[in-house]
Amino acid sequence: MLVYTFDRTLDGLLTAVFEAFALHQQPEALLGEGAQLPLFCEQVYAVQTVEEKASRVWKGLERRLSDEALRLVMVSYLSELPELDLPLFRYICKVFRQPEGSRSIERNFADADVLAVTNIARRVMHEQLRMKQFVRFQKTKDGTYLGVVSPDHNVLPLVTRHFADRFGDQPWLLYDARRRYGFYYEPQATDDVRRRWQHVVRVSFADTEALPFRLDTGQLNADVLSNDDRLFQDLWRTYFKAICIRERINPRKQLNDMPRRYWKYMTEKQ
Amino acid sequence: MYYLCGRKAITPTDIILMLTEKTIEKLRILAESAKYDVSCSSSGTVRGGRKGMVGNTVGGVGICHSFADDGRCISLLKVMLTNHCKYDCAYCVNRRSNDIRRATLSVSELEEITMEFYRRNYIEGLFLSSGVVRSADYTMERLVAIARDLRTLHRFNGYIHLKSIPGASRELLNEAGRYADRMSVNIEIPREESLRLLAPEKDHQSVFQPMAMIQQGVLENKEDRRRMRHVPRFVPAGQSTQMIVGATQDTDRDILRMSSALYAQPTMRRVYYSGYISVNTYDSRLPVLRQPPLVRENRLYQADWLLRFYKFRADELVDDQHANLDLDVDPKLAWALRHPEAFPVDVNTADYERILRVPGIGTKSAWLIVNSRRYGRVTSFHLQKMGVVMKKARYFITCGELTSHFSAPIVGVNELQPERLRPLLVSAAEKKRAEAERQLTLDFGEGQ
Repeated sequence: MLVYTFDRTLDGLLTAVFEAFALHQQPEALLGEGAQLPLFCEQVYAVQTVEEKASRVWKGLERRLSDEALRLVMVSYLSELPELDLPLFRYICKVFRQPEGSRSIERNFADADVLAVTNIARRVMHEQLRMKQFVRFQKTKDGTYLGVVSPDHNVLPLVTRHFADRFGDQPWLLYDARRRYGFYYEPQATDDVRRRWQHVVRVSFADTEALPFRLDTGQLNADVLSNDDRLFQDLWRTYFKAICIRERINPRKQLNDMPRRYWKYMTEKQ
Repeated sequence: MYYLCGRKAITPTDIILMLTEKTIEKLRILAESAKYDVSCSSSGTVRGGRKGMVGNTVGGVGICHSFADDGRCISLLKVMLTNHCKYDCAYCVNRRSNDIRRATLSVSELEEITMEFYRRNYIEGLFLSSGVVRSADYTMERLVAIARDLRTLHRFNGYIHLKSIPGASRELLNEAGRYADRMSVNIEIPREESLRLLAPEKDHQSVFQPMAMIQQGVLENKEDRRRMRHVPRFVPAGQSTQMIVGATQDTDRDILRMSSALYAQPTMRRVYYSGYISVNTYDSRLPVLRQPPLVRENRLYQADWLLRFYKFRADELVDDQHANLDLDVDPKLAWALRHPEAFPVDVNTADYERILRVPGIGTKSAWLIVNSRRYGRVTSFHLQKMGVVMKKARYFITCGELTSHFSAPIVGVNELQPERLRPLLVSAAEKKRAEAERQLTLDFGEGQ
């Protein structure tokens, strides 16, 4: 059994595709470095990520896949799921193996790999929608809005554009508590609506011990929380309770649409 | 401009003075008064961010920001400006003769709450309605004033859904339409006789007139925009309306006929169904329900989806023999059981429209099927992987392998007969729920 190991980056995966074609091999498993190797693996090949090889593969994909399918590959990669590696690897190999001029396999959902990649991408898109839904901002004394989340997949890069477009006139920070990084946006003096998303910058705190907010609840410390924020939080909680029709209580549907893992950062559920 | 006259002048401490404990109480009362209006969607129009403004609207499915304990989505700040009302409609919680707490939010309070909620990503926008005080025009004018302030003073670019007050003048509706994304007038009762019984001061004319006015505004606006690109859009997300289910003797046929007639209008986007909740138990014209008819409401929504996305017609779902939808099975399955001659459908060759009609196959899996079958035969193994509910679908389809070998004979709806197939497809839990609700409809008969 032939096993490839790689560093679990997208470049690494693309390099693995390159190597598979260069060496005329088809690995049966693709694992992250340091992962438990399966039984009976006679041959292990450690893929060294080479950016040049990766970009050659990506350019080839750009020629063979539609924009929609390319985006799907990117989005599925953000899932960070180990079970994605092999289907995605085989999907890309299949794209290169199909004869020139034939119909692209990207819409053949009867193919197990195409379907697996599509389904994982769909899960990631669902998660990014939930970020748009469930992020709750708190206002700090200096007028910055802070939202803390811990999504299952690394979806923050997918939602920054939405938040920059929507809240283009207020500085905000979206922070991923699980991955310990965030995106910060500050309105520009010359506000070009189409370019707002370009001013979103990736940030992380130098000292993760002295954060101005709590990582487990996302609540800002009292000394930086703006004076009126508590009032609006109370108003929102009141509204949330008032809008419910008692005769129709349906916790199953509520949990279906708003799973409990999001509650810890949501004002109305705190 | 806004920074000069609006925001900088008011410091955070002033806001605290303006919004107090009293505001919280008022918001509670007015949200409770507004909650029986089920419209919630924030969809129907895509509008990107604008310079100097806050907010955008997304198209597609819209964004639900929270889900209340009753499982309903919260996407807009759904609130009434006031719950004082001069009407005395039997089904309404805010009727004049009800002894409930009344409140009125001031214009600045409401605007401040909307903006601050929006900036914290609590809501997609505002859904504003109001009880009718003094006159229709007086009430409508105040609703329009808030929408105007939000757009021009607070530079709000998010979603605004305005209720249009029946009887308001055309000028006011035209102005409202320039600021609002969606407008709605509720029909509430599908048959006019029933409406006259429960709300003697209202008739269908008072509902359809504003609807027609809004539609005319939209169509005129479309014409204008064809000539001049920069004409602002008028009610870009169209109209919606709502019907109460179970407050009168109206059948599902009456309701669905009304819905499909409404959907035939170019600007009607959504019809909502609201299972009647006994809010005014003392009124003898109304049934006393221990529980709202949730199963029936659910079936109506399913039928509504069939009308909008599955290309069904209302008279296929309900007719003279079947005036009410089947509570035990969903409307698509009920239709399939009544029309075994339409099956089996071969998923490898049939049109998209015919595949859509198979119980257990939705729009998503139908799309996957018609895309995949261009590469090779789609088999039941693939269907299962794609997410088709094979438990239902297998009686209504043929695909490669089911027909290919003799050892396993096909057992489809035609071989089994619908009446023998039906019990196989009704789950015990669903049956129990439907049974519990049928018991309640008996109360309805006694209540009359």
